[in-house]
Amino acid sequence: MVSQSAFIEISKLDKIFRTKSREEVRALSNVSLDIQRGEFISVVGPSGCGKTTLMRILAGLEFSSNGEINIAGRPIGGPRSDVGVVFQQPTLLAWYTILQNVMLPAMLNDGVNGAVRDRAMQLLRLVGLEDFESKYPFELSGGMQQRVAICRALLRNPDVLLMDEPFGALDAMTRETMNIELMKWCADEDKTVVFITHSIPEAVLLGDRVIVMSPRPGRVSSLVDVDIPRPRALSVMGSPKFGELCNEIRAQFGSETLHL
Amino acid sequence: MRHKNFFQSALFLFVILAAWELTIRGLGISPYVLPAPSAVAVRFVDLISTGLIWPHLSATLTSVLVGLFSGVVAGLICGSVIALIPAVERLVYPYIVAIQTVPKVAVAPLFVLWFGYGLASKIVITALLCFFPILVNVIAGFKSVDKDQFDMMTAFGANRLQILRRLRVPAALVMIFAGLEIATVLAVIGAVVGEFVGAQAGLGYLITSMNFNMDVAGMFAVLLFLAIIGLSLHTIVRLARKRFIFWNRSETAAIAS
Repeated sequence: MVSQSAFIEISKLDKIFRTKSREEVRALSNVSLDIQRGEFISVVGPSGCGKTTLMRILAGLEFSSNGEINIAGRPIGGPRSDVGVVFQQPTLLAWYTILQNVMLPAMLNDGVNGAVRDRAMQLLRLVGLEDFESKYPFELSGGMQQRVAICRALLRNPDVLLMDEPFGALDAMTRETMNIELMKWCADEDKTVVFITHSIPEAVLLGDRVIVMSPRPGRVSSLVDVDIPRPRALSVMGSPKFGELCNEIRAQFGSETLHL
Repeated sequence: MRHKNFFQSALFLFVILAAWELTIRGLGISPYVLPAPSAVAVRFVDLISTGLIWPHLSATLTSVLVGLFSGVVAGLICGSVIALIPAVERLVYPYIVAIQTVPKVAVAPLFVLWFGYGLASKIVITALLCFFPILVNVIAGFKSVDKDQFDMMTAFGANRLQILRRLRVPAALVMIFAGLEIATVLAVIGAVVGEFVGAQAGLGYLITSMNFNMDVAGMFAVLLFLAIIGLSLHTIVRLARKRFIFWNRSETAAIAS
């Protein structure tokens, strides 16, 4: 089916969880969103706004209660090879080498062959870890481990990269370096990215658009276009435009808290 | 650094033994109360040169090794079934917790009654003692799998069997080895207690008969043999642990027993 529609289409999405005491909790309410191919979307919001639930639905780890969600014109029926996921924690397998960890998605599906190995090595070179292929995760720092997790997500050359606060556990310096490098890798690899964060500056620095979500029930409260030209360096964080955008988003949070 | 530590430990042992020897000689303590290290050493060499120790050592070693092996295998199988089939777990877990609180050596006389004075009763007691720490640690090990890693495997398309083989089993190994370390200690206890209760051979039997003859130095010498068995088993398990779970650097694993 050829259509003019968006690459990721989310329309009227609801997610209702039932607690053990049979109470209903609305994690997502009436979320609609269109994401274009190649777009870098940042999602910000306070905890409990359903941003992780949204990512889990996109990753095929949860199913929506109501509404439709399509990637590349196909509904999400479970985990897909055209969607790569990076979690908050590196979640590397301690008993596998760095190279084996990167090749894990292939190991679990079509098997490992020469082409997979070449692709994995190419990705490790991209993130500057080509000398660590035969090391084990415990020998790497947190930032290096998260780079490996990014390589693993990119291995099968997915169209969509989902990232759930991937740099949240890193120190501020490493985090900034990773942000700059991530923009470079994504430009090289031409990915559609959904990047979840609770840091407003990070969301603005990385995103073409910032989705602001608010809690109870989780919903999209606004969309902010980030019209700062690429490539962006860390120095844009000092520009007036950057500050304005951050304030605009922060004001959203403020008005939401007043409603509570 | 390691050599220095070893030298210091050896020196410490030498000082303790020397102090012990001098105290016994100086105060003229009766060898029926506490024998001097030299007397123990003489009995130790005696037991080997007369060949008296061998049938007993081999009886105890057989009980320990066969009991340990069967207890561990049974624990691995039962633990896996309980951990991997939720219905079974719901059914039996409360009873496992209850049985954990019973001192299992207390059933030794019963087993001697059922399985006789030979090796069989000692093997069963040893196996029973080794079974529980393995069982509990296998269950805990399979449960210790990180939820995030489980999601990661699912997101990259792993099926249940792949998650078991590539995530749950390796993750459980850490706890299983902790259980194995406890089991090796309990195995020696099980065999000796079984031999105390009623046996025709074994180091435990030898201790009781030496006790009867007031051969205190001999009892100490036999204790030395038991210590050697325990230490060797423990060393083997530690080496295997280092080899199989090289990624886990904590020296003392979490112990759930």
